Amino acid sequence: MIWLVLIGVAAGVLGGLLGVGGGMLFVPGLVIVVGLTQHEAEATSLLAIVPVALVGALSQNRYGNVRRDDAMLMGVLSIAGVAGGVALANALSGAVLRDAFAALILLIAAQLVRKALRADVPGTAKSPDRGDPREQHVP
Amino acid sequence: MAVAVAESHRTLKLVAIGTAAGLFSGLFGVGGGTVIVPLLVFWLGYGEREATGTSLAAIVFIAGVAAAVQGAYGNVHVLDGLLVGLPAVGGVLVGTWLQQRMHVRAISLLFAAVLVASAIELVLE
Repeated sequence: MIWLVLIGVAAGVLGGLLGVGGGMLFVPGLVIVVGLTQHEAEATSLLAIVPVALVGALSQNRYGNVRRDDAMLMGVLSIAGVAGGVALANALSGAVLRDAFAALILLIAAQLVRKALRADVPGTAKSPDRGDPREQHVP
Repeated sequence: MAVAVAESHRTLKLVAIGTAAGLFSGLFGVGGGTVIVPLLVFWLGYGEREATGTSLAAIVFIAGVAAAVQGAYGNVHVLDGLLVGLPAVGGVLVGTWLQQRMHVRAISLLFAAVLVASAIELVLE
């Protein structure tokens, strides 16, 4: 039980930092430490993500970082994708799904490292406030 | 009219991002922030922090629906989910506070190391 709590805290900190719900850590934690199957871990991770993302969103909202209309649109219109993704996950065997998940997090790790290293080169770092001015939201 | 076209393009992009994130979330049991954040930055010109905040708000819907659908398959361990998810809320508050004060580079490298260790452990499992 203490492990569940520890997984939660660690994943929560990273979720708050990186804007993900923490699932990237919930899933391996639930498989490796708690011993759930890959399918159970993914499903349980999704439930655990809800309060995490909710509090994270409310907290970010206080910093003025949430565009509510866009978030609502993406959330509501994701339903078909969600149903398809869950059906696909359940059609795959646990071993295939687990290896695919491992490949996914390796890919993300590589991407994070590349991005972090690129940030060293002057002029190529992506400034958080730059971007296409036509797309900029006017409050 | 150009404004209307740009606006509908923007909506289509948001629909595409929502659908892709939903598929990803349902398939892998994650929130979908990995898909949403970079697409908001590169496609819609969001700043990093705005993308993060907006992504979290969208994930509340996405993960909620995905958990309900997975529940119908009988895969959700409700008690475990709460034991992980509720303490994580405290972690998120710390993480969000830190985000305003830390360099993304250090965070990225830390997270990458944890992911690599997890992937190795999963494959060996």
